[in-house]
Amino acid sequence: MDGYLGIDVGSVSTNLVLIDEENEILISLYLRTRGEPIKVVQEGLKEIGQELARSPVQIRGVGTTGSARHLTGVVVGADVVKNEITAHAVAANLIAPGVQTVLELGGQDSKIIILRHGVVADFAMNTVCAAGTGSFLDHQAARLNIPIEKFGELALSSKNPVHIAGRCSVFAESDMVHKQQVGHSTEDIIAGLCDALVRNYLNNVGKGKDIQPPIVFQGGVAANVGIKVAFEKALKQEVIVPPHFAVMGALGAALLSKTAVKKKQGSSFRGFELSEFEYETSSFECQGCPNICEIVNISMEGELLARWGSRCGKWDSLVETAL
Amino acid sequence: MKITYPHMGTLAMVAEQLIEEMGQESVTPHRPTRQTLALGARYSPEFACIPFKICLGTYLEGLDRGADTIVSGGGYGPCRAGLYGEIHRGILNDLGYDPEIIFLWPPLKKPVDFIKKVNLLKGPSSWFDLVGIIRRAWAKLSALDELELLAQDIRPRELRKGETSRAFNRGTAYLDRARALSEIAEAREAALQELRKVDLDEEADPLKVGIIGEIYVQLEPFANIYVEETLGEMGVRVRRSIYLTSYTKHDVLSTKGDLRSKKLAQPYLPQLIGGHGQNSVGDVIRYARMGYDGVVQLAPFTCIPEIVAKSLMPHLSREYNIPVLTLFIDEQTGRTGAETRLEAFVDLMEQRREKMSSVEKLPAESRLSYSSAL
Repeated sequence: MDGYLGIDVGSVSTNLVLIDEENEILISLYLRTRGEPIKVVQEGLKEIGQELARSPVQIRGVGTTGSARHLTGVVVGADVVKNEITAHAVAANLIAPGVQTVLELGGQDSKIIILRHGVVADFAMNTVCAAGTGSFLDHQAARLNIPIEKFGELALSSKNPVHIAGRCSVFAESDMVHKQQVGHSTEDIIAGLCDALVRNYLNNVGKGKDIQPPIVFQGGVAANVGIKVAFEKALKQEVIVPPHFAVMGALGAALLSKTAVKKKQGSSFRGFELSEFEYETSSFECQGCPNICEIVNISMEGELLARWGSRCGKWDSLVETAL
Repeated sequence: MKITYPHMGTLAMVAEQLIEEMGQESVTPHRPTRQTLALGARYSPEFACIPFKICLGTYLEGLDRGADTIVSGGGYGPCRAGLYGEIHRGILNDLGYDPEIIFLWPPLKKPVDFIKKVNLLKGPSSWFDLVGIIRRAWAKLSALDELELLAQDIRPRELRKGETSRAFNRGTAYLDRARALSEIAEAREAALQELRKVDLDEEADPLKVGIIGEIYVQLEPFANIYVEETLGEMGVRVRRSIYLTSYTKHDVLSTKGDLRSKKLAQPYLPQLIGGHGQNSVGDVIRYARMGYDGVVQLAPFTCIPEIVAKSLMPHLSREYNIPVLTLFIDEQTGRTGAETRLEAFVDLMEQRREKMSSVEKLPAESRLSYSSAL
């Protein structure tokens, strides 16, 4: 059987998805990045490799996305390296054909993608503020001593959500502390927080965007039913959370790799053995001119694989030969 | 006088020539670096915009290299830039520097003031000399613009990534050294030749993007995270709404500004709001009418004119059927984040172009609903 692998390495989670020729998901993994993108990708591949030892699948294509897409692309030998906006849009289109709006809330990113007739027509991504993303919810759940999995349900049990200042995550937190201290119940505060995050998202990332149904809500935060319901309340419309909401970026990358390998001779995938390889990254500041670029080296088993970061291209030559 | 001034794209090369030919010493600023910005940001008000911070950093670096005079252009209108000179002066004084600050206003707005200041700057050279000096500066400025335009045309089609930029840098270095009119003409030819030597993919049909927004972040690549090169290397042919020669014609030698854009902006934003806010509105329409695939609006974070213009973008984008990406820039802006957005924007334009060409094959009525939605 033939398979296509998608890897999405984000700030908080690293997701791997294996699909077959019919775009059915065979395996999906959701792992924590923990600041070690290469290691976690190796672990993920090892797991998939072991799984496949029993039912062999030939990997025909690999795609990477997410903030570490270039690094991962070099490490695994990707056939396509795509930004996460395109990857998410492609995946949403497969799961919900005709989708016109994608709301995506990840670890530190939030984005909105507007599609028309299956094509991205407009998009936005949070710029100067990370309020309302997964990391913040994680942090608040820990502080209130609530397992993050229970967060959404608890929000739904609230009868009178309180108003939380959601513009900035630091001020939102102090506002929550204040609401606790004047005696509001935890569920009302959590429900208020969900409303505040959604309000902030729509006023910020969603500003001026033509939000039309069907609306798909994806990314790690979509696990939180409290946020989903808050979106439905604010938009006065149904919001669909797809079954594989947390790994949509990886699914998109897998789908994109399928198109990419059609244009080339076979896949560049290094194989599952790469989970045993020794990868090393190092960096230095080039003093060649006042730009003082930070140059990053990536090597595999002591051999330099890729190097990037220079403005002038002086150090880039290796990337071309490696990719 | 030892004169320093802001670094804005290729302007420094021309300013250096002007100053030296007038018999003064030029403390020529280098392209701003992360250190320049860090230095400027350290002494600037937190919510001042990025051009303010970079210029302050450049001044401080120049003063430490011995400059005793700062020359900068002035704006007019309600944008904060009109007050920059005074705030910069205050900050520099607080830090213990006391340079002469000469703030040039558009000559036709304040002719007497302008002549007085030029008289000060021109030092020993006569007004007759000045005519020749300005002619040579204009020749260089025009050649540099020509070089930029050619680089923008060929970069998306280059076969080896980065070759255009390297050829462009070699070319500007030739021009940098040329002073006499004959030398400038020769350097221009040699520089254009460098660019013509770049191997191109003759088949390529690059996407076209117009870059609009505030002048400093448009012209200074360091301030806009090298958006021109980045887009160019992604296969996009860019044009900016501002080039130094067109700016000189519209805003320095005239009091009217870029009338093309202002006229188009009229129904949406009938008045000046400072900076390049009104231009940005008109420029989107201009690029849409020229059949561009998209527009990138560059805006310094907290810049009011660009914020006002941005709020009109969703409407303009729909009415004129052209995608717009706005990038707000401050000292926190990361290159990776901007690259992700630009990559996604290029994907969007490519898909849109494919769809549009397939739409043309549809029957007339469904074509209409289709293209209005795109």
